[in-house]
Amino acid sequence: MRRFCASIIGRKLMKFKKLIAVVLGALAIPFAAIAGEDSQLTVEGQLMVTSVAAPAHMENVDKIFSGWVFRKDETQALQMDDFDNPAFIFIDKAIDTFNKVEGTAGKACVSCHESPEVFKGLRASMPRVNSSGELETIPELVNGCRTERMGAEKWKWSGGSMAGIVGLIGLQSRGMFVDVAIDGQASSMWEKGKELYYTRVGQLNMSCANCHEDNYGNMIRADHLSMGQINGFPTYRLKNAKLNTIHGRFKGCMKNIRATPYKEGGDEFKALELYVASRSNGLTVETPSVRN
Amino acid sequence: MKFTRRDTMAIGGAAALTTILPSLSSAAIPVNELIMGVTGGADAASTGISLTAPEIAENGNTVPISIDAPGAVAITVMAAGNPRPGVATFNFGAGSASQSATTRIRLAGTQDVVAVAEMADGSFATAHQTVKVTIGGCGG
Amino acid sequence: MAKGVKARVKVPKTAAAGESVTLKTLISHKMESGLRKDSDGNKIPQSIINRFTCSFNGNTVIDVKMAAAISTNPYFAFDAVVPEAGEFHFTWYDDDGSIYEEKKSVKIA
Repeated sequence: MRRFCASIIGRKLMKFKKLIAVVLGALAIPFAAIAGEDSQLTVEGQLMVTSVAAPAHMENVDKIFSGWVFRKDETQALQMDDFDNPAFIFIDKAIDTFNKVEGTAGKACVSCHESPEVFKGLRASMPRVNSSGELETIPELVNGCRTERMGAEKWKWSGGSMAGIVGLIGLQSRGMFVDVAIDGQASSMWEKGKELYYTRVGQLNMSCANCHEDNYGNMIRADHLSMGQINGFPTYRLKNAKLNTIHGRFKGCMKNIRATPYKEGGDEFKALELYVASRSNGLTVETPSVRN
Repeated sequence: MKFTRRDTMAIGGAAALTTILPSLSSAAIPVNELIMGVTGGADAASTGISLTAPEIAENGNTVPISIDAPGAVAITVMAAGNPRPGVATFNFGAGSASQSATTRIRLAGTQDVVAVAEMADGSFATAHQTVKVTIGGCGG
Repeated sequence: MAKGVKARVKVPKTAAAGESVTLKTLISHKMESGLRKDSDGNKIPQSIINRFTCSFNGNTVIDVKMAAAISTNPYFAFDAVVPEAGEFHFTWYDDDGSIYEEKKSVKIA
């Protein structure tokens, strides 16, 4: 009986030793591999602004940082070259889509928009309020064209086709300053977005701010928490090896805190998109970026 | 088996601090065995080949690696802890300017990445490196 | 033919005779490993690109045997010699029998 107990204790000690070894090993890993806030991002020779004084409307933060800053060296390097950046396969596909005739009107995007370059500057100030007083986002503009002018079917908000085209359009504003309007007609939706940002939801009872304002720069398990900026969206995530959209990521974040996500393309996410975009006013558009 | 409060707290505390996926060493094939598998039992020199891989991978889905072995005919890359160790074999032809290549691989967890070069004279060279693979952050 | 496979290659347009150039290749492909399960718990069968080759004017530059551990959207960068003007020929072989090809010419500067 005593020998039996001794062997159990012996095994427990072994288990602890192994755990302790793993823990010590984990703590000893140098975090130098994670690039600091001092690194500079140039893409195809163009210098991006990845850190800047926070816009006046942000009360709790002095400086804002692009998500690029929080990733490891190897991931950062992927974004610096348009060939190494895997997002560009999807941009290439989107160019094909841009030129493809679809729908009852027998048109392609290119039939009216002579090249993707005509969209230069658009993404930098989206979402925005249109002349009818509605807040509009790029996917809505695309689907509007498809259904009303091409006689084609709507695309899913975060499906591959939409993500690619939004990425292609966004690329035309790369290097330009994010500059979304938060006043005038936009202010009521902006306030709604701000409230959503700071409201705790879900089983884990967390708000966007809990991670992305209170804890950016800290590690959440082994992930380096960013400020949750969207100036690089749609982004190629290493995690799923494809382009990810803004509302797609909002939905994912809400699922991670065990909340019922709002609808992609719905009023809540659009308001949130406006508010979150305004938190990056002053950073440059990085679409299509590379993230974890 | 009954855990005392002390046990539970100790295990819980230690587990909470463990952010790195535990090494797949118990399930991994020993590095020497992988090397022998390529050389057919012959020895492999530890110089003449370089393997570049991150110390900590941002995401196990896409880990950039490079291999370089001047004068090699072929380089075989293996991942000791993956469900299947084979990753790729690079065969260099007369048109190659160097016996080097860069690619991106999948690693199931923290493990050794092993490269074995077969030289033109039939000899072998090998290099290996542990790559730590981290768990994603928010569970997302 | 696996759906939506698209290749990109980066090849300089000109080179000096005998110069060594770096080539980069990327192809969109899921590289389904054969280890994933679908929502019913059934294994999704393997479907990967299992081989990549590059040749110049018929001479092999590199020939890569690929396993499922190569990441989705396989990427390769390697060096080739350009002895004279000619054409690089890139080929990817899919498990399903499809072959994807790209060609790029190089002039001598």
